[in-house]
Amino acid sequence: MDSQQKLSVVKGAKVLMVGAGGIGCELLKTLALSGFQDIHIIDMDTIEVSNLNRQFLFRQSHVGQSKAKVARDAVLKFRPHISITPYHANVKDPDFNVDFFKQFNVVLNGLDNLDARRHVNRLCLAADVPLVESGTTGFLGQVTVHVKGRTECYECQQKPAPKTYPVCTITSTPSKFVHCIVWAKDLLFTKLFGDKNQENDLNVRSTGAASSSEPVEDVFERRKDEDIEHYGRRIYDHVFGYNIELALSNEETWKKRNIPKPIYSRHVLTDEFTQQNGDVDKNLATDVGPSVSAMAFLGMNNPQDIWSLMENSRIFLEALKLFFTIRGKEIGNLSFDKDDQLAVEFVTAAANIRAVSFGIPLHSLFEAKGIAGNIVHAVATTNAIIAGLIVIEAIKVLQNDTNSYRMTYCLEHPSRKMLLMPVEPFEPIKSCYVCSETPLLLEINTQRSKLRDFVEKIVKAKIGMSFPLIMHGSALLYEVGDDLDEDMVANYAANLEKVLSELPSPVTGGTMLTVEDLQQEFSCNINIKHREEFDEEKEPEGMLLLGWTQPFSAAEKDNNRSIGNGASVSNASSSTTAEAATDDEIEIIHSGKKRKLSEDSKKTDSGISKVDDETKISKQLEILDDEDDLVMLNEGGTDKKKKRLL
Amino acid sequence: MDGEQLTAQETALYDRQIRVWGADAQRRLSKAHILVYGMKGTVAEFCKNIVLAGVGSLTLVDDRMVTEEVLSSNFLIPPDENLYSGMTLAELCCNSLKDFNPMVRVSVEKGDLSSFGVDFFDNFDVIVVSSCSLAAKKLINKKCRTASKRVAFYTVDCRDSCGEIFVDLQDYRYSKKKLEETINCHLQYPSFEEAISVPWKTLPRKVSKLYFATRVIEKFEEVEGRNPGEASTADLPGVLKLKKELCDAHSLNESHVPDNLLERLVTNTSEFPPVCAIIGGILGQEVIKAISGKGDPLKNFFFFDALDGKGIIEDISSDSNTGK
Repeated sequence: MDSQQKLSVVKGAKVLMVGAGGIGCELLKTLALSGFQDIHIIDMDTIEVSNLNRQFLFRQSHVGQSKAKVARDAVLKFRPHISITPYHANVKDPDFNVDFFKQFNVVLNGLDNLDARRHVNRLCLAADVPLVESGTTGFLGQVTVHVKGRTECYECQQKPAPKTYPVCTITSTPSKFVHCIVWAKDLLFTKLFGDKNQENDLNVRSTGAASSSEPVEDVFERRKDEDIEHYGRRIYDHVFGYNIELALSNEETWKKRNIPKPIYSRHVLTDEFTQQNGDVDKNLATDVGPSVSAMAFLGMNNPQDIWSLMENSRIFLEALKLFFTIRGKEIGNLSFDKDDQLAVEFVTAAANIRAVSFGIPLHSLFEAKGIAGNIVHAVATTNAIIAGLIVIEAIKVLQNDTNSYRMTYCLEHPSRKMLLMPVEPFEPIKSCYVCSETPLLLEINTQRSKLRDFVEKIVKAKIGMSFPLIMHGSALLYEVGDDLDEDMVANYAANLEKVLSELPSPVTGGTMLTVEDLQQEFSCNINIKHREEFDEEKEPEGMLLLGWTQPFSAAEKDNNRSIGNGASVSNASSSTTAEAATDDEIEIIHSGKKRKLSEDSKKTDSGISKVDDETKISKQLEILDDEDDLVMLNEGGTDKKKKRLL
Repeated sequence: MDGEQLTAQETALYDRQIRVWGADAQRRLSKAHILVYGMKGTVAEFCKNIVLAGVGSLTLVDDRMVTEEVLSSNFLIPPDENLYSGMTLAELCCNSLKDFNPMVRVSVEKGDLSSFGVDFFDNFDVIVVSSCSLAAKKLINKKCRTASKRVAFYTVDCRDSCGEIFVDLQDYRYSKKKLEETINCHLQYPSFEEAISVPWKTLPRKVSKLYFATRVIEKFEEVEGRNPGEASTADLPGVLKLKKELCDAHSLNESHVPDNLLERLVTNTSEFPPVCAIIGGILGQEVIKAISGKGDPLKNFFFFDALDGKGIIEDISSDSNTGK
């Protein structure tokens, strides 16, 4: 690397950073120090307290402000003469189209979710701008380089989808604490404080035959003039007592399982307590604000403590009461937010009480918050290292030093003496539906599935399009956009409700559909294969998309979207559990395939590494080549599916 | 651990990292006292990392004034003469670092670190030095070793796009969980002087070439009476001559110390910011590991070269077979 030449490409470069969070802060600093003079940065987020331990450009006084803007101001203090252009916006906004991307020499991602990463990948492909992608979790991290036609694109390798759970596991037969969290967060919390119209399985399967005898009145509605104390206990007894008893009546279910125990408030809490509680309540009127907390109120200050059943029950009732008394205006519109203290308290308590019923070990608020909020471990050091590696790759990209591109893994435990392990990038996968033109195959019942199912379950959820357009030959079946005629809008709305075979241009076995996202300038073809039956357990969507998933089955990931998509729209996690990391996450790595080796042009099967958890990564990585420069990633052999690193 | 709890403020601020290393480790960090010497880019990165992590205190020692070179890689110093004139590097960095985390005490100590008495070193758990002469490294390391408690010693330096970390944790015991079992580990580190005295020919064939190259330049600067980092392109012939002498003395084939590597290291002596971030990050992680007792610490050298992208640990000790 000639340093003069390096300096001149750096000075002349115009770079786009997507994300001003953990990696972003470090990256912006390192870019500025390295001599970059024209940096644009997009981030839709505002600063939160839990960012401050690693996003070092931010201070307590910045909480609530735009990350992109504050980061810019902070860096200008030590590099006042460079140009940093901040955008407090979502990278998926239509303003950031292909033409916008084309102005940059390289795009650097420091993102925290799969959805945005895929979106940026497509725009980079369409604009033919190289992408340096990154992610970190705890002490682990990785940097990869994606240059159209030269290296694989971000989507050449299927990314593991967030884990979701079968509905009945959540509603009736939880066996892990996370199931209780999902129930408390996505079902109970939503039912009580969220959108009443949303479909919700809270009561469905647990009641079974009893559904007809259910009163017409919604038990979850607070009755007119109902005392809040009474209402709280009624809800408590209904969900932890009555519903469990109903479930018990279904004997078949419990033959091979631990029998759950109904819990009623009167057995846990004495009336005396309620009375006391009522008294304290009066002091509360003064304590208004988003930080209202049932815990603080009950004098339970340590989030690391594991509460008893009684303590959980008190928190449950107190939190419910606080929502109705102090945050009453928000009821009906709330969705779970990990930064909402009272919501976390409520969900922790509800999950723990349910866990007691089912004989599942209890957890502290700190742990429950991590699970409920999909909180990913994050430290400053890993982000700093990854940012340094991103800049090194970015400079190679700007120098067009193709042979030197590396993907680099930052490990917690050394593998063959290495903590930072460079690997040659993979070639583009020829069958990738994103960067090549290979069609996908969809098995679907064309006489039963509606166009709407296809749009929601496949085009949006799986293929990741935001503004899809669907064509059958030259016939337009569906599109979205601001500039459509009313006729068209009505026409498309009608199409959505039609089954595929009855569309104006019928879609049947053998049809090829073209779906396109105009913003992403990305299109792909889908061959339709008619199939009569689908396994309800394994293929609950009633359709199966092939050619995009690799080894693991769709059924495993997507058993129920209503659970999966619960609350997390803003961080796009669309996941429900701690097993699905979304902040700065790592997306590793690959299944076996050909990969070019450097100077000696050997061909070797390489592959990789699905990693169950962070402690295992180094064991999974194995060097096959004994010469200095090559590191191979070896697939563990017996593992059945790839997993995201946690 | 003791019964002290983290405050609500600490729990909120450190939430994401407590999820990585646990509340116990966070408590240990908050009681650790760290001293750094040599406020260039890599040390600035390191300081940022451990202040964010929430150590108890950080003491900065560096009486030098601002130079162009320091400005180019140290983001803690505003490039405005009105702001920096009259202040030492340590004072300037201290002002910036205080802002990063109000819960960490950051202060400046004036004077020449290598002349401080052993008593002074007793006040710290970790000493990190950078841009230090060979003699100063040896001396400071020795003082850490004679202190009344264990004082961990690190050196760190970056040149061109390369970096080196040396670690001396002396006699270090820690435990780790493997599956359900708790394993007790014991590592014995050589001092810097002991490590660099290990005959080159006894080292494994594939030891990082950077190890040798760095020793050559370090020695050159000592012999020629230069300040650390001062060897430049003009010195290349002298450096190559010394390399030959050292290789001969150690009976090591000269190919283990490539001329072009030495040339890179003397041609561009200033730090390359991405490498500062990487080396400062690795060093931060190592210091956090050593303080918290969580994780395997590296023993005892770490090298990174942006040219091949590898970050490698080398164990350079006379008996690298110390038990685990």
